[in-house]
Amino acid sequence: MEVYLQQLINGVQYGSIYALIAVGYTMVYGVLRLINFAHGDIYMLGAFVAYYVVTGLALHQHPSVGNFLFVLIVSMAVCALAGVLIERLAYRPIRNAPRLTALITAIGVSLLLENGGIVVFGADPKYIPTVLQSSVAPRGGLYISEGQVIMLAASVLFMLILRFIVMSTRFGRAVRAISYDIDAARLMGIDVDRAITLTFALGSALAGAAGMMVATFTSVKITPLFGLLPGVKAFVAAVLGGIGNIPGAVLGGILMGIIEAFVGGSALTTYRDAIAFMILIIVLLLRPGGILGKAVVEKV
Amino acid sequence: MDPLLSVQNCTMRFGGLTAVKGLNLQLFPQELVGLIGPNGAGKTTVFNLLTGVYRPVEGRIIFQGRDITGWKPHAIARLGIARTFQNIRLFGSMTVLQNVKVGARLHMRTGLWHASWRTYSMLMEEQEVEKEAWHLLREMGLDDVAHHLARDLPYGEQRRLEIARALATHPRLLLLDEPAAGMNPQETADLMELIRRLRDEYDITILLIEHDMKVVMGICERVIVLDYGEEIAQGTPQEIRTNPRVIEAYLGEAPV
Amino acid sequence: MSRRQFWLWRLISVGAALAALLGANALIISLRSTGWLDDYTYRVIMLCGINILLAVSLNLINGITGQFSIGHAGFQGVGAYTSAAFTVFVVSPWMRERGLQGTPTGDSALLIAGIIAGAVCASLAGLFVGIPSLRLRGDYLAIATLGFGEIIRVTILNIEQVGGARGFYGIPLLTTFFWLYLAVIVLLALSRNLLVSTQGLAFLAVRDDEIAAEAVGVYSTRIKVIAFVTGACFAGIAGALYAHFDGYLNPDNFRLDQSIIILTMVVLGGQGSITGSVLSAVLLTAVLEWLRFLPTITVGGRAFSPSELRMVFFSLMLILLMLWRQTGLLGRREFGWHVVRQYWRLLRT
Repeated sequence: MEVYLQQLINGVQYGSIYALIAVGYTMVYGVLRLINFAHGDIYMLGAFVAYYVVTGLALHQHPSVGNFLFVLIVSMAVCALAGVLIERLAYRPIRNAPRLTALITAIGVSLLLENGGIVVFGADPKYIPTVLQSSVAPRGGLYISEGQVIMLAASVLFMLILRFIVMSTRFGRAVRAISYDIDAARLMGIDVDRAITLTFALGSALAGAAGMMVATFTSVKITPLFGLLPGVKAFVAAVLGGIGNIPGAVLGGILMGIIEAFVGGSALTTYRDAIAFMILIIVLLLRPGGILGKAVVEKV
Repeated sequence: MDPLLSVQNCTMRFGGLTAVKGLNLQLFPQELVGLIGPNGAGKTTVFNLLTGVYRPVEGRIIFQGRDITGWKPHAIARLGIARTFQNIRLFGSMTVLQNVKVGARLHMRTGLWHASWRTYSMLMEEQEVEKEAWHLLREMGLDDVAHHLARDLPYGEQRRLEIARALATHPRLLLLDEPAAGMNPQETADLMELIRRLRDEYDITILLIEHDMKVVMGICERVIVLDYGEEIAQGTPQEIRTNPRVIEAYLGEAPV
Repeated sequence: MSRRQFWLWRLISVGAALAALLGANALIISLRSTGWLDDYTYRVIMLCGINILLAVSLNLINGITGQFSIGHAGFQGVGAYTSAAFTVFVVSPWMRERGLQGTPTGDSALLIAGIIAGAVCASLAGLFVGIPSLRLRGDYLAIATLGFGEIIRVTILNIEQVGGARGFYGIPLLTTFFWLYLAVIVLLALSRNLLVSTQGLAFLAVRDDEIAAEAVGVYSTRIKVIAFVTGACFAGIAGALYAHFDGYLNPDNFRLDQSIIILTMVVLGGQGSITGSVLSAVLLTAVLEWLRFLPTITVGGRAFSPSELRMVFFSLMLILLMLWRQTGLLGRREFGWHVVRQYWRLLRT
């Protein structure tokens, strides 16, 4: 029983990370109908920014909450900037192009970031020393580290802030309008370009936060390619929850995390990474709208 | 005489919206029938039901004695029902000639295998198809633009091309969805002449949806009126014109 | 034209093509034996052939039928591994028992057997991917095919008998210039015949407007499945030829990277243009190989090796291509003098 509970906790925690990344995918898809393949690499960027800031300023020698927040904010800011740059340079020019063009461009940007990362950062795995005391405390037979708690809390906080932004601000209304009909939104006087830029900035900031936290709190070693798999899984999570739907992305993320935790602890563990794809295929075939989404009918 | 097409009590629903309710319709060989009604009355939905794009939730459709309810569009096309679309759907990247050939492909005997290996029978049949396609293009006055891309044609010619493509499938029943839409009076008159000629020369039955009353009154032998998915009147153009229910549907209640 | 005339012409043209191929083959062999043609250039020539097969077969699915398939490397992988497994585990032992191993006819027969096995399995994979994909459009289809490609790769990775992550060693080196380019010629002929025929117009119709296509009697489902299966079949043939050329296989050869490279060839050449795919396959193979010889650049104490820069160059090229010339070099048309004239005019302005 305890084993299952432990896996559930781990699952929710992985899931919150996937949720943070998935939200970015789903927001961009909602406004542009584009699958931003490069999003997973923004997550990777967040981790590397954290690495360079921590080692560059030797912050690991003075672990504190303040330092942690500092690195977090820097990671998020850099990633937001990167997201905005990508949008302006690569995606805006092809906004009215056919879908396949946009897809290929996104793939190109992703490859550029990955291979550029290999060139600039080096392919060797790096390890970020901790900036915050992270003890592993057994509570009633379960192992939860402080880091896990912080990650979960931060994710929840970000999600709530995002929900507030989307539901209660002008920007949020603009984003929702654009996701229904971009031309009508423009005609209503919404500054579509600015709204899209902000969407990218927000989504990328969240992905950067996810990357920074994973790199800092888990013992994972980061490489320029380490955003690939989590990116794909987060994308599947977004589809699972209903692409274009923010609560769906959160739900999908948590579910993905839990499924993965259970598969990882079972006999099928070597197939753990392929599970994401299988879920994807199943969702696309049975309910492409996802759990919280709706079907679209083409008018003849 | 047996009806060519018999629609029996057909109903079509989209979620909570009933687009067509309890429709009964019969078409006899070589008829030229009009289907009219205010916007949203369900006319194109009827076409979509007849061509298999939608499956009626109730009712049956019998064509040439066969129950085609629920058949898929390509099978219905093979059986002999061809159509044009309200918003023109041509194969834009192909030439005018190629568009018509796709229609002719329907009744070819040699298939993809023969085509891939370029066999003798395939080459012979290609010659036939070529001849027939050119003939149709000449009939429709499109032979001078045969090698132009379909999407480069002016609107009127695009409509004619859609009709040519439909004819190439050798249909028994031709469904025209607002063929005169967006045409000036001269083009409309030419179109009316064309439709009449087609019915006479090709031995086909034509059902057309139109908003232009000149066309409907001018060439249709019989008119069916739809409103909110139900048939509200049927008869000759003259009868329809003076039918109070029809007038009410189009213009609202008559002043007392 | 009468039946007899037709057969005469057919015999002459096929004969001429075969003669040309045999001649080229003989030329290659003699150049190699005298040392005029070094091993590396020969390898590039062979890789061009394999990439032509891959690009044209993908174009059949993407460019001509308009389906977004970005998991093509999966089909290549299936063809490569099943053909290799077949030759190594099934046919070779059988041949060895009968003393047929090592003879020229024996080798050719072995290769053919392997290719057939690879083609059949890849076709089945194409069916397996194509049928579920029928209901999906656009982005969703692309992602699904990507997913299938990865599932195939991970499955191969988990099969210990073919080496798993370490790779499959010891595949007999059977691929010759003749067989490879025979496959290329057959594929090109088939594609061209389809595209100039009325029956073949069905594929383009499905690409342009599926609903209109159905309305004129085109069974779009069947067309899409045929496209997938044929494309997969030839990708499998390419894989089989590749396996028996390198002698070694690794699942890493068939990752998403490979699918993207093939996709880039198709896009660069122009989706829907067969000659475009041929041109870009040759161009990209040559460029990718040539990039290996770039000197190692040292900037600020850090050495950048050509292999790292290769992929950076590649991805930049992909992005620029999309931004500036989405339709590729030839767009949807085939190569002809009008294209040369167009580019000439462009250069002179």
